[in-house]
Formats: sequence, C-alpha cells, structure tokens
Amino acid sequence: MNALNISLPGLSLKNPIMPASGCFGFGREYSHLYDLSQLGAIMIKATTKEARFGNPTPRVAETSAGMLNAIGLQNPGLTKVVEEELPWLSQFDVPIIANVAGSMEEDYIAVAKEISQAPNVHALELNISCPNVKTGGIAFGTVPEIAQSLTKKVKEVSAVPVYVKLSPNVTNIVEMAKAVENGGADGLTMINTLVGMRIDIRTGKPVIANQTGGLSGPAIKPVAIRMIHEVSQQVSIPIIGMGGVETAEDVIEYFYAGASAVAVGTMNFVDPFICPKIIAELPELIHSLGFDHISECTGRSWKTVEKLTHHRA
Amino acid sequence: MIKQEICQVIDQREIATNIYELTVKGELVHEMTEPGQFVHVKVNNSLSPLLRRPISIANIDQSRQTFTMIYRAEGKGTSLLAKLKQGDLLDVLGPLGHGFPVDEVESCETALLVGGGIGVPPLYELSQRLTANGVNVIHVLGFQTKNAVFYEEEFKQLGATYITTADGSYAYSGLVTDVIKNENITFDVLYTCGPTPMLRALEKENRHKKVFLSLEERMGCGIGACFACVCHTGDDPTGVSYKKVCSDGPVFRAGEVVI
Repeated sequence: MNALNISLPGLSLKNPIMPASGCFGFGREYSHLYDLSQLGAIMIKATTKEARFGNPTPRVAETSAGMLNAIGLQNPGLTKVVEEELPWLSQFDVPIIANVAGSMEEDYIAVAKEISQAPNVHALELNISCPNVKTGGIAFGTVPEIAQSLTKKVKEVSAVPVYVKLSPNVTNIVEMAKAVENGGADGLTMINTLVGMRIDIRTGKPVIANQTGGLSGPAIKPVAIRMIHEVSQQVSIPIIGMGGVETAEDVIEYFYAGASAVAVGTMNFVDPFICPKIIAELPELIHSLGFDHISECTGRSWKTVEKLTHHRA
Repeated sequence: MIKQEICQVIDQREIATNIYELTVKGELVHEMTEPGQFVHVKVNNSLSPLLRRPISIANIDQSRQTFTMIYRAEGKGTSLLAKLKQGDLLDVLGPLGHGFPVDEVESCETALLVGGGIGVPPLYELSQRLTANGVNVIHVLGFQTKNAVFYEEEFKQLGATYITTADGSYAYSGLVTDVIKNENITFDVLYTCGPTPMLRALEKENRHKKVFLSLEERMGCGIGACFACVCHTGDDPTGVSYKKVCSDGPVFRAGEVVI
C-alpha cells in the first residue's frame, strides 16, 4: 500500500515531499543527479514578469545551522520560464508549483494569469514574503489587508489553485493566514525566511552585499513548527510546511504540527540527494510510528486523542 | 558526471604555513576529466558548519584512484578539514564546474600559468596535462611570504618556474605581473587562478591574447541551483544576463564575465 500519496487542492502527489522554491532552480541541475519524477512536486524558482539579475554578491553567508541569502529573485522572466523552463520540466512525471513574485500588484496578476495556463503547473505559490527585494514584496506579506486583496485578485485570474507563502516576519501569523484564507487562498506554504544579518569582524560591515538576508536551514525549524501549529488550528485550508527540513523525522514533526505536505529547502545545497533519501525513508518511519498512511500524522500535536486513535493500526 | 561519495583520506600534511595537502581515494576520481574543476566537501557530519566547502583539485591520479586538494586552513570549515587523518572519511561531491580548456594551446606552443596564493593548486594538474600534450609551460607563482610558498619543486619539474613573494622574503619581490614584465615572458595562451585584483590586472594587460581565468566566489550549492555565485557577462555588464561561477565556470575566457 502506498503510504505517502496525498491530495491537496490542484495537486495529486505520489508523496508529500518537494523541493522548496529558490533551492532547486528550475530543476535542471538536480536532473543530472536523479530522476525528478521521484519527487512529489517541484516548487520552481520565483518568476517575475521581467528577467531580474538580483542583488550584488556576496549573496550568501553561513550561520549556525543555517544560512542567510539575499539572491534578490534572480530569474529569467515570465516569457522564458513559460517557453523554456516549464516545457523542459514536462518530460518528468511531476506536478509543478509555480512561485509567483513581483513588486507591484499588476506584476503578480500578469505572471499568475499566464504561468497558471502551463499544462504542468498544477498550483501557484504566491510569494508575498520575499525579504530580499527593495520594493513591494514584503509589504504584501506583512499587512493583512494588502495580502488578502492581492490573493483575491490573483485567484480571479489563476487557472489553478493558489497557495500563499507566508512570511514569518510578522507579529501575528494567524491574522495573516486568516486574511489570505478570506482572500480565497486554496492553501498556505510556510514559512519563508526570517530576516537576519551577519557582520564581518574584520571589516565591521555586513557580510551580505544587500546587508540583510533571509535566514533558512535547520536553525529556523522550531519557528516554522510553532507557526504551523498555531495556524493549522485556525484555518481550514491545507499547509505545505517548510523550514530546515533535513530528515524523515523532521517531515513527521511538520505533519504533527499541522502540515499536509513538506518542502525541503536549504538542505538540498548540503546534500543534493536529500529529497529522494527522505522519500525512501518515510514509509518505514510512518509504519514504525504506528500509522498506515502519512496523512494520519497531520495535526497530531493538537488533535484530540480520540481522533488520533481512530487512525492507529 | 557529478557523484557524491564518502571518500577515504589517504594522506594529509601541512606543506606551508596553514596550507594543507589532502589526498583522498574514491571512485569519483574516474569522473575527473578536466584540470581546474573542484569538489564540494562536507567537513563533518554536523550542522556546523552547515554548507559544503568548495576546494579545487590540484592533482588527479587515475591509477591509484586518488585526487589531491591543496587549501588554506583559515575559517571554521577548512580548519576542521585540516584535522582529518589517514583512514578518516570525507563526504565529497564532484567533480564540479568546467575547468581549463587544454586544447586551446597546441603542442610546441607556450602556455603561461600564473597563480596567486591558494589559486596556485589547480594549475598543477593543468601543467601536467599541458606538458603531457607537448606544450611548453612557464609558471609564475605569487605568494604572500616565504612561509606560504608551496610546490616550487613540483612545478619546476614541469617547466620554468618563477616564484615571487609580496613581502620580498623569498625569490622575486612584488606582483606576478611585474615578474612577467621584467622577465619579458612571452606566451601563446595564459591560464590563471588567484585573487581577483590579480586576474583583473592580467586580463587588462593581455587584451589581445588568449586568456583563461579561474574565479573564486562564495558558493551555496556548488551545482548551479542556488544563484549565490553569479556574475554579469562581458557583453551585458549591467543587464540581466549572467554566468554562474560554480557550474558555468569556475574557468572563463577573459572578457566572458565581469570580474
């Protein structure tokens, strides 16, 4: 029996593991290492209307159990993604979740409208939480009314379900989640990176050229778990969890917190084979914990005992 | 083909102050076809340091299935790497990137190999390949100070070798570009690896020559996915076109990218 297949709005996944946006490019590099059809889905790199070069280097800095990055949404632009990257990805049996970014409302709408028409794009991930772009970006992800309004407008033009990627850089994550749910979001992805900084002790200046960067990696996992635990009890749309996932055990922890699928980000850089490794390890782990199917794990940390025992073997 | 393999340490020794020569054995050596490629190593099994470290390949020995890295132990990662001993295991991802094009110089022509500091190591494998092809090689190698000099004898066995130190404590004094000028060194093709100011100077002074530069940049993934190590291209210096140092490079033709 398949213990890993799951269904989410727009997505029928053979397993709930997918590389997170920005950590996998458009899949080309990893395709030389393993068959991308093994993945549950692929969250492709953020796409903007026009091509972007991104920020000056240095763009990354290592931190304790994590890293800071300020790439600045470098991507080849909507036309090239639609005409080259997505058709190339269609050779694999894997649904694509297209990350949509912009600096103005019109940008998001234009990208969402066109990219959602691609046959292998099964869902959008609305990136309202990139901390590394100077204009727009973060405001869409920190002001509930703006997030709700943008979600609604993107929903109107999108041909596929829309997941909204939440920023952890807010005081009240539940308020943000409810706002985008009210805006019509079909799901949530969380969390994006936390804004951070490192300073070089010799120069006295920030290590990253952009000064600040987004913190990712195992260091942020407890923050993500806490936020998903809070949000999943307050919304009725599914959550794809992410933040420092490095093992199959981490995936279970995310499910227990309330996630219905999990994305792997930074650890792809450390171990490029991490996704297929986790996928291979999950069935045995799930069974050893007494479950028949991974979906039984969702929300275990807060669901009542009666509900849980129902699922136990 | 990029492989990930747990390799075995055959030998490690300090060959100059804080400069280590590390030889490891593994099947991925068979994939190492070009000089100037690099590997990405995980220095331990912990989350600190989290990321791999890019280290250039200095020597490849197919018959023994070993390769040698030469690096400076200065940060957290390389200091941990320096502690590895014979028999220890090392997680290696590689070979990565595109190396020096050896076919750009004909047999009996002259190649000038210019290295600065920890940019010298990849030139050693390159020099061996070139001499095997019948190319005449000249090395100009710059180091900070006498204690930092390494592989002088190894390079001398392959061709004429000029050593210079920034502080004048050993051999020539000053910059590699001064040595090239003062010694009237002529060549058909120039291959170089070292600090960016040195690469810029060599590129500027040899505009009409065939020059290949190996760049260094802070990296994340090492395979081209994370976009940490991008640079602008020479034909579009302020636009959106780019090259990735890790996967398009680290070796570029002079002018191909903005350095």
